[in-house]
Amino acid sequence: MVGLTLNTKTMIMKTNKYSFYFITAGLISLLLGLLAGLLAGFQYVIPDFIKETLPFSVLRPLHTLFVISWIFLAAIGGIYYYIKKGNQKLIIGHFWLFILTGTGIALSYLSKNFEGKEYLEFPSYFYFPIALGWILFGINYFRTMLPAFKSWPAYYWMWGTGIVFMVYHFTEAHLWMLPYFRDNYIQNITLQWKAGGSYVGSWNMLVYGTSLYVMSKISGDDSYASSKKAFFFYLLGLTNLMFGWAHHIYIIPNAPWIRYFAYSISMSEWVVLFSIIYDWRKGLSKEKKATYTLAFQLMILADIWVFLNLFLALLISIPSINLFTHGTHITVAHSMGTTIGINTFILLSSLTYILELENPFIQLAQNRIKVGIQIFNGFFLGFWIIMLVMGAKKGYWTFFAQNISFAEFQDSLHWIYILFTVFGIGLLVGLYIIVYELLKNIKGIINRVD
Amino acid sequence: MHHTKKTLLILAVLIIAFSYYNFTIYTSKSCYGKIHLSQKGIKGEDIWLKNNCNSCHQLYGLGGYLGPDLTNIYSANGKGELYIKAFVNSGIKAMPKFNLSEKEKDELVQYLKEVDQTGYYPNLNAKIRSNGWVNLKYKNHDYEN
Repeated sequence: MVGLTLNTKTMIMKTNKYSFYFITAGLISLLLGLLAGLLAGFQYVIPDFIKETLPFSVLRPLHTLFVISWIFLAAIGGIYYYIKKGNQKLIIGHFWLFILTGTGIALSYLSKNFEGKEYLEFPSYFYFPIALGWILFGINYFRTMLPAFKSWPAYYWMWGTGIVFMVYHFTEAHLWMLPYFRDNYIQNITLQWKAGGSYVGSWNMLVYGTSLYVMSKISGDDSYASSKKAFFFYLLGLTNLMFGWAHHIYIIPNAPWIRYFAYSISMSEWVVLFSIIYDWRKGLSKEKKATYTLAFQLMILADIWVFLNLFLALLISIPSINLFTHGTHITVAHSMGTTIGINTFILLSSLTYILELENPFIQLAQNRIKVGIQIFNGFFLGFWIIMLVMGAKKGYWTFFAQNISFAEFQDSLHWIYILFTVFGIGLLVGLYIIVYELLKNIKGIINRVD
Repeated sequence: MHHTKKTLLILAVLIIAFSYYNFTIYTSKSCYGKIHLSQKGIKGEDIWLKNNCNSCHQLYGLGGYLGPDLTNIYSANGKGELYIKAFVNSGIKAMPKFNLSEKEKDELVQYLKEVDQTGYYPNLNAKIRSNGWVNLKYKNHDYEN
């Protein structure tokens, strides 16, 4: 009986080997993203620092490429693991398409070969393998999951929706290259941020679906994920994905209805996840919390960051506040609070949930990860607060002190930039400890399967 | 099971609304002002993108924050064409030198000149309303007062 269970488990593991490859590649991307971010941070403190070899114009896109890759790869690896029966050839094709394309984009940035707009600065031919990778993911996902679609809990809907809208909005982000759009600068910048806001919404569908899945499995109760409330929040999240993007461009001189419409919708977005996590925590037994210690602890931290970001998002979505915070590090605090504070904690929770199932951590590793979590969370809080301070100062300078030159203003922030970098080093150390232990554990799993 | 029909129905309504909304955003001739980039301006934008200027500089506050916003650099007091070219030639602090030809510099300046014509950033004369809304000051057209 035990032998059969082990054989079955080994078979499933072999099928899922590539989900661990996705996760490993995601974790390595996170390490690289943090390194690029830290090097970029040094240039705020020491402007001449490696500026000829790796200028800020190279480090910033590398940082965003790797951090976004971390989110995609970890979410995709988790989904392949959770759905279990995917077509292996498609998974392998998807994996290598993303790895080779990601490497190509990184090399392109390192050789200062840029062509695209912010966050998608790579030459346009990279659009095709990326879109193809998402399409392969979609084919595999829907072919595997559609037969049972009538009984789908909300998280399956969220994953399916995230994949479809990612393909659509990633394509939309490249429309500016068509002659029809090319010469209208204001329409282009509007479209750019429409697409950008919505593909962030698309990957949030993947990540929030993952959080709902992990919470359901930890509690051993799928009823919430199939409840009316979960479906209501899924559809509300989708409405936000479609229409709630324009708070990024309140300041762009386009027609006000575009902004009015988004303002009225965007306020609801964060309540979605906050409510889901709150309800789940309320109903969780102590035994379940003890079984998945790390996964639970990380999900609670995601919850705290949802709360902090909810507050910030609500404030900066009010146009009269946005007027002063736009174009400052307060916007960065919001986006990093989301990608690092929420998405990363949810994805780490998902990974530790998988690893606690497959290859439970020894006590020492668990203790190290907990230390890593504390260091990371503490320094990240400092980092986040410092960005709010930097943003407030920039907002004040922009509107009330423009008699001071930009260079003088930057110099006046020197000590704040030093603190910013110190907190950046701290959060990097914390995350490196966590990632090192996770990679060690995954290596054990892969060796066992081979 | 009972959720499926309702979910599909709501999804269908959302997708129809989304299609109409996208069609309007993509095809509107009145939502984005009257300024269009010239061929020279488009070439300038290519130079802006090829050198990833946006990683350090912002237009309308969008971009990296290591350098200043350049939305109205062309028309700002004491700045303009020569000022832009001088910084491109020499670099400053974290900004490296850029080896652009005279023609490329002209195109880049043309791009910034045309961006400048589309509006203001920061929008110092925006009117804050008591309900939290902000009426922007427009440069070439007026949607709200």
